[in-house]
Amino acid sequence: MKVLVFNPQLCDGCRICEETCSQTWFKETNAEKSAIRISPLEDQPGRYQATVCNQCGECIDICPTLALTRDRHGIVRVNKKRCTGCLSCVGFCPILAMYIPPDYVVPFKCVACGECVKACPTGALAIEDLPKAPLTETEKRMKVVAL
Amino acid sequence: MKATDKKQVVLEILAEYRYTPPKVERGYANQTLYVNVSDNTIAAKPVDEKMKHTFVGGRGFGLWLLWNAVRGTTKWNDPDNEVILSSGPIGGTTVYPGSGKSIAVSLSPLTGTVMDSNVGGHFGPLLKFSGWDAIEVQGKADREVIVFVDGNKGVVQIIAAPELADDSYALPEQLLDLFAETDEERIGISSVSTGPGAQHTLMGCLNVSFYDPRRKFVRLKQAGRGGIGTVFRHKKIKALVVKYIGVKGDSNGPASWAELTEVGKRMHREIYEQDPIMNDMRGNGTPYLVSIMNEFDLLPVHNFRYGSHPEASNLYHTEFRKHYSLGIPDGCWYGCTLACSKCVERFQLRTGPYKGQWVHVDGPEYETIAGVGSNCGIFDPYAVLEINFYCDTYGIDTISFGTAMAFCMECYETGILNKERTNGLELRFGNAEAMLEALHQMGRGEGFGTVVGQGVRRMKQFFAEKYGADPAFLQDIGMECKGLEYSEYVSKESVAQQGGYGLANKGPQHDEAWLIFMDAVTKQIPTFEDKAEALHYFPMFRTWFSLNGLCKLPWNDVEPADNKRKYPPRIAARVPEHVHNYIELFTAVTGREDIKEPEDLVLMSERVYNFQRIFNLKMGFGTREHDAIPYRSMGPVTIEEYESRAERYDQQLREIGFDPEAKSTKEKLAALRRHREQRYESLIDAVYKRRGWNSQGIPTLETVKRLGIDYPDVVALLKEHLQ
Repeated sequence: MKVLVFNPQLCDGCRICEETCSQTWFKETNAEKSAIRISPLEDQPGRYQATVCNQCGECIDICPTLALTRDRHGIVRVNKKRCTGCLSCVGFCPILAMYIPPDYVVPFKCVACGECVKACPTGALAIEDLPKAPLTETEKRMKVVAL
Repeated sequence: MKATDKKQVVLEILAEYRYTPPKVERGYANQTLYVNVSDNTIAAKPVDEKMKHTFVGGRGFGLWLLWNAVRGTTKWNDPDNEVILSSGPIGGTTVYPGSGKSIAVSLSPLTGTVMDSNVGGHFGPLLKFSGWDAIEVQGKADREVIVFVDGNKGVVQIIAAPELADDSYALPEQLLDLFAETDEERIGISSVSTGPGAQHTLMGCLNVSFYDPRRKFVRLKQAGRGGIGTVFRHKKIKALVVKYIGVKGDSNGPASWAELTEVGKRMHREIYEQDPIMNDMRGNGTPYLVSIMNEFDLLPVHNFRYGSHPEASNLYHTEFRKHYSLGIPDGCWYGCTLACSKCVERFQLRTGPYKGQWVHVDGPEYETIAGVGSNCGIFDPYAVLEINFYCDTYGIDTISFGTAMAFCMECYETGILNKERTNGLELRFGNAEAMLEALHQMGRGEGFGTVVGQGVRRMKQFFAEKYGADPAFLQDIGMECKGLEYSEYVSKESVAQQGGYGLANKGPQHDEAWLIFMDAVTKQIPTFEDKAEALHYFPMFRTWFSLNGLCKLPWNDVEPADNKRKYPPRIAARVPEHVHNYIELFTAVTGREDIKEPEDLVLMSERVYNFQRIFNLKMGFGTREHDAIPYRSMGPVTIEEYESRAERYDQQLREIGFDPEAKSTKEKLAALRRHREQRYESLIDAVYKRRGWNSQGIPTLETVKRLGIDYPDVVALLKEHLQ
């Protein structure tokens, strides 16, 4: 499955990735509308961490309306039509990588589009093809039902 | 009926009303829906600012609409009586856990006065998004009808019910087949229905549905208390159905979406972090309480005689959890991450009309397990699941059923009842087979089951008159107050909880106050004044949930990690940060800026709470004599009961200066009783005073004036009684 991966050794904290993300998806420069968030590591000056979806799929099982599904590349996507804006996925994301901007009623997340990878001046970001995540309870069940 | 048969069903529309669905603004649609099934009237009633300010919504709206619909002489089975469902301004919010409740209000067949009962499921929120803050159904149809609200098209119809199932297991599925045009629409439909047991007893419940898209079937939640299902059935309402497709995070029209998301996100995260290490409601649901109650001697056993039992572990959450399908959202409204609405997906029934079939069972909740389980001496989880299934299917309240059966079982074991009087049912504690048969009799409307279905109050009278049983003994062991059966906690060791039950407006239900730990275990409220303060604050605070369309559980069944460290115990019990969340939530939804402190929430409730007390007065109740409780809820009635906890009771006698040495159990029993009864009266005095009521329990004119509920008819009624 496609996952955006971050290399802390190479990040210099320029946040161009955040700008690129919010520009790509919301047509504005606003870190609150970026699906990747860069923050300094307090115990290691000059080093940074990134919070970004790792496509683990745990949110799929928390969504009451089946608005979260995995596409054929393994990327978890939000179906805006089905979403009722309950934000269960925002609160229950293990790494807090599901976001809700203050003026928007559907949450958003990284879909590994790769725009930030292209924009990153230091090569700290990459899209990698990782092994598939195990099936979630929902995926197992919906597969059974489909049969 | 299968979806494919739908085209063959031609619906006979008896009345139709078209409207333009208003946009919900700040939690309100600003109108309520009036339906009269006698003359097929459908009308909109406006909701003004004063109504919102005084009654808020939910239970408050229900009480106000009903107050204006009935006279003091109206009986539950008069066409003038109504069934009202309303959610409340926060109801339908998707971001905060527990925000999908509806509150049903009606005159109760069991109590004869006003009843409120809260319920999950999607009905109230979808009704509001369809443009109605409440639905009020009056009249009595001459044949079975369905009231259908299509909130997308803006149509309300009264429809002659086609041939559909009679019970609440099959019927809600058929209603989806009937009203969903595509499979995707099933999620946008919710129904209210009941079953044949509601017709043949006085303890009928309402089943409110929601569609579970993963399990692919309809789930049910119950407005169980007080027989509102019986009123529903008496009116010949087959179902209320609402359809609204397109729920969004802002469907409730919040004043501030940004503030709402902040408080919602915070609470979801707290549940994510805290619930697994606290009560694990997400894994266990409310059955987690069974072990706690058993360990603290609070689990009703054998008609509330005892608080624990060696076999109770058979009913612990561990026994039910293994049957649940987990890892699936189990909220009864969107965004409820506390997710206590558990489901046993495959269960094979041993008895009744569905015998041999594999069915799904919603629940069981703690109250059901304790009521139809331990309180009746049933310690078999499969029997509890089967009884739970049939109570829901027949439309019978599990609490009233459990408490009424337990009463009958004690009557049977003490010889008041026998096989002849029960038409062959051997109603000994622990006889699940006999209990199930009584339940099926309720469904069929025959046999001794229908006697049980009259409730404890009527059975007491019946057994005394017909079988010559001692009325005083029946009064002692018959666990009802105001005509409503007790919910499932042993209150003997907590006088505050005795008051919590006895003073509850609708009858003994714990949703007003649950003070047992605070009073009897951690001893935080030692004096009568302390207890009275708790019996002011908690019933008012808890009332607030029912005005707003909220569930109580996310308030204190999960707590911030530092709650108990940060605050002294008495304050921690209020969960101050969650109270603050509710203030934020209410403000974010309604935009009202005058609600800033916990006291402001209490004041909102106080208006409605006092109004409900006065409503009881209007109906011929609502005074001190109606707050009297059976002695079983205060202390040991029998010698056997006393001796089972002799050490505890002896010690208590010593503490009040009565030397138990060389005294017979009978003497000790009498001394303890004198003390406890007197203590209850002292508690009542203190609570009335704290609430601004006179010594007869009637709100004073000053109180209603302070609360702004001094409507001319309220004042006239009070003047009549205060003289």
